[in-house]
Amino acid sequence: ASCLQHRLVVRDASSLQILQLYTCLDQIQYIEWSSDSLFVLCAMYKRGIVQVWSLEQPDWHCKIDEGSAGLVASCWSPDGRHILNTTEFHLRITVWSLCTKSVSYIKYPKACQQGVAFTKDGRYVAVAERRDCKDFISIFVCNNWQLLRHFDTDTQDLFGIEWAPNGCVLAAWDTCLEYKVLLYSLDGRLLSSYRAYEWPLGIKSIAWSPSSQFLAVGSFDEKVRILNHVTWKKITEFDHPATIASKKTIVYKEVEKSPTVETERLSFPPTRALASSLFSTQSKYEISQVPVSLQYVKPVADRANPKVGVGMLAFSADNCFLATKNDNIPNAVWIWDIRKLKLSVVLEQLCTIQCFQWDPSQPRLAVCTGSSRVYLWSPAGCVVVQVPGEGDFQIVSLSWHSTGDSIVLLSKENFCVCYLEREEV
Amino acid sequence: MGDWKTITVPVLSSDSKNILQYTSERKISPTSMNSQVLHLPLPSSKNMHSFFSAFCTEENIEQSISYIDRELTTLGFPSIYAESKGKELNLVSIINCMNELLVLQHKNLRVQEEVEMQHLKLGSDMDHLQNCYAKLKEQLELSKREIVGLQERDRQLQSKNRNLHQLLKNEKDEVQKLQNIISSRATQYNHDMKRKEREYNKLKERLHQLVMNKKDKKLAMEVLNYVGRADGKRGAWRTDKTEARNEEEMYKVLLSDYEQRQKQLLLENAELKKVLQQMKKDIISLLPPQKQKPKERSEDGLVLSDLEEDIGELNKENMWELSCETVREQLTNSIRKQWRMLKNHVEKLDNQVSRGHSGVLNEKDVISREDHELETEKLELEIQQCKEMIKTQQQLLQQQLTCDDDTTLLLQDCYLLEERERLQEEWRLFREQKKNFEKERKSFTEAAIRLGLERKAFEEDRGAWLKHQFLSMTADCKHSENVTSPSAFLRSKYLVQIMFLHGSDQDNRLAKSASWQRKPPSVLSAPVSAEPCQTSQCITQNSVASEKPAADNMPNLWVESDDKEETE
Repeated sequence: ASCLQHRLVVRDASSLQILQLYTCLDQIQYIEWSSDSLFVLCAMYKRGIVQVWSLEQPDWHCKIDEGSAGLVASCWSPDGRHILNTTEFHLRITVWSLCTKSVSYIKYPKACQQGVAFTKDGRYVAVAERRDCKDFISIFVCNNWQLLRHFDTDTQDLFGIEWAPNGCVLAAWDTCLEYKVLLYSLDGRLLSSYRAYEWPLGIKSIAWSPSSQFLAVGSFDEKVRILNHVTWKKITEFDHPATIASKKTIVYKEVEKSPTVETERLSFPPTRALASSLFSTQSKYEISQVPVSLQYVKPVADRANPKVGVGMLAFSADNCFLATKNDNIPNAVWIWDIRKLKLSVVLEQLCTIQCFQWDPSQPRLAVCTGSSRVYLWSPAGCVVVQVPGEGDFQIVSLSWHSTGDSIVLLSKENFCVCYLEREEV
Repeated sequence: MGDWKTITVPVLSSDSKNILQYTSERKISPTSMNSQVLHLPLPSSKNMHSFFSAFCTEENIEQSISYIDRELTTLGFPSIYAESKGKELNLVSIINCMNELLVLQHKNLRVQEEVEMQHLKLGSDMDHLQNCYAKLKEQLELSKREIVGLQERDRQLQSKNRNLHQLLKNEKDEVQKLQNIISSRATQYNHDMKRKEREYNKLKERLHQLVMNKKDKKLAMEVLNYVGRADGKRGAWRTDKTEARNEEEMYKVLLSDYEQRQKQLLLENAELKKVLQQMKKDIISLLPPQKQKPKERSEDGLVLSDLEEDIGELNKENMWELSCETVREQLTNSIRKQWRMLKNHVEKLDNQVSRGHSGVLNEKDVISREDHELETEKLELEIQQCKEMIKTQQQLLQQQLTCDDDTTLLLQDCYLLEERERLQEEWRLFREQKKNFEKERKSFTEAAIRLGLERKAFEEDRGAWLKHQFLSMTADCKHSENVTSPSAFLRSKYLVQIMFLHGSDQDNRLAKSASWQRKPPSVLSAPVSAEPCQTSQCITQNSVASEKPAADNMPNLWVESDDKEETE
């Protein structure tokens, strides 16, 4: 599904054929599929309206109006039948039910980056709250939206919460002014708290491993610390220096190769394909010899939220690799082997990395840097894929299909789908 | 030591007086006295002469004699006067005095020489010592300067050190101050933040109230129709029971997670225990056995025996199920002990090897070399023996080849006889077999001839019957049965004949003949207008042909038919 101004276009994933076309009342800011892929919600924050469309019955419609409360965020519940709307100024979260047309309110939600976290199996939801200058976490049962647990957290200013994939442990972390990770069990007991250092800027990003065995904490000091689920203590820390000296890491460097044009095949007027190939530069990967020094960017010291530290963390689906990006070295993706707890590969690109995502089925990583190429890495090697077409297609973000067969590449105005062929075994 | 000059007599007398006074006054060492006295230079003969003449002239003889007498008496010599009175000189005493004076002079000269030698020596020693002294003084100066320099440096470094310490302290103080500042600012910021947040909350509350108060006329949510729940169930009321159930479910989820983790940990533990056990066994096997070296390993042996007991105990217990503290501790302790023993063992081996490398190496070399030499000698002996054996064998061969005629002939005869006899035997056998074969051949040929005759007879019969048949066929309708019956008749006839031919034949021959029999019907169905001889030929041919596909069990028949054909 994609939205264009105030229209919602639903296409088939394998053929990109337009299946449905819906028109909403206003410009759509956010769309989300329900978990059973039967409904799509379109949120229009300016008007404070959420419209829900059904795929099975195109005539069915639903409109939720927040009125003067305003709308800041909207999302589905895991059962696909409730919509949680966050009103303006985070006054409250209203839970609208599509089954019963009933409304529930969650008061005092916290205005933070990740304030609402659903467990993977969709049973429970943890909501961060703040009353009287103290942070609390409430755990609700998604079935009937009953409050299960309500406890306070020992944080200055809770920044985010995330469930472990096994649904039993909740990680809560503090703002970047304080380095603190708190781990709570499902029934609200504090299992452990971890603090690496006191004064410098703290946690920037957190990721759970798919088996819930490890919690990777990326911080502003350019390091990632891995905690294990047995003792909740640090088992190792990964550093991101600007020079890579170890002989066991492979460094792939993206190198531009000048396009080769065969003069005989030039024709007048030049065909479009030829013109585009002339002007778009090809690139390929080359293995650089260790030691390699990467491009290091020193951040401006007097700005808030500096581009320092480990900003992106992602575990691969088979729990074998961890991909990280150090914002000080914005052109490199670092891939760590979790089984050996060592750095295995560094991908050095020509431009700043915008986004990377692991394939949900295999250890394959897709990286985009804002150029018109998508980069794929797997333990077998890495490849540069050029988006064919005229003009520049600057990929800003990408998203894998759940089967791992295709990737959606998004640029500012267009999107395209990249299909990956499966090898015949 | 002053120089003594030659001076005139009057002066000399006064000087000598002075000297005498000097000598009598100052009680100095005999050597110095001697030296002083010695330094009275021996005047040359001329000078002596003039000196003597200067001292004693004709005028003052008596004065000089008296003077000399006085001198001598003061020196301890007897007086040169004869008696106390009178001026007559005692010549004997004069000569004695002179002699004594000469002796004294000689002695003095010798002493002087010695003294001069010593003086020279002492002078050189003095020079040497002075040189040494000068050098030492220089060295002392240098070292003093060095010391001074080093002391300066030391002072500088110490001052630097102090400065650095001071700086460090300052920095630490600054850091502490800054930290204090940060913490105070942080608390201040927190306080301010809280204040602002409270204000903000108040605003939010107000806004919330306003929002809630404002009743929107239009429904907040309009849905075309209700959507069923995802799992198809109906919505339930919120009651205490549901709350309790929620709690239950939550605890169930937690418990299942913990159980899973515990299972994993148990598995891990079991595997690790297995690995440890294996390691223990390996370590035990690596350590040397007790029997071989009881002296060295007496201690280890005792420990080993203890350990073995422990091991036995542990192995008796069921390790996998017990995971209590004591068992775990026992296992780890035993492994640690053995690991230590293994380490000691390895260290001892290392020491032995190093000792062997350093000291005992030569002996070992010698020993090994001796052994090596012994072995080489042995091998050489063996080689010699082998060579001798080869030589003797060669000789024997040579002898055999080139020995005496008689013996060779005899030998050859013997061999020949042997061979002859063998050959004769074989010939006999061969002849016997030949005879047997000929007999068999004859019998077969007779049988074949008989067969041929019978065949001819059969053919004639057949021919006659066919004619009869043909004649009868023109009259009657065709009776296929008649075709078969004669064939059956013929068949039985043949069978009988063949059985007669080959009395004690094998079954396959019969079978073969049976297969042979099948052919005749086909032959019979061949063109009816065939003459007997032709048919007989066909039959023989067919028989030959039918023999071919059959097995090669019948070479004799083959032969027989060929023979028969030849005979024909």
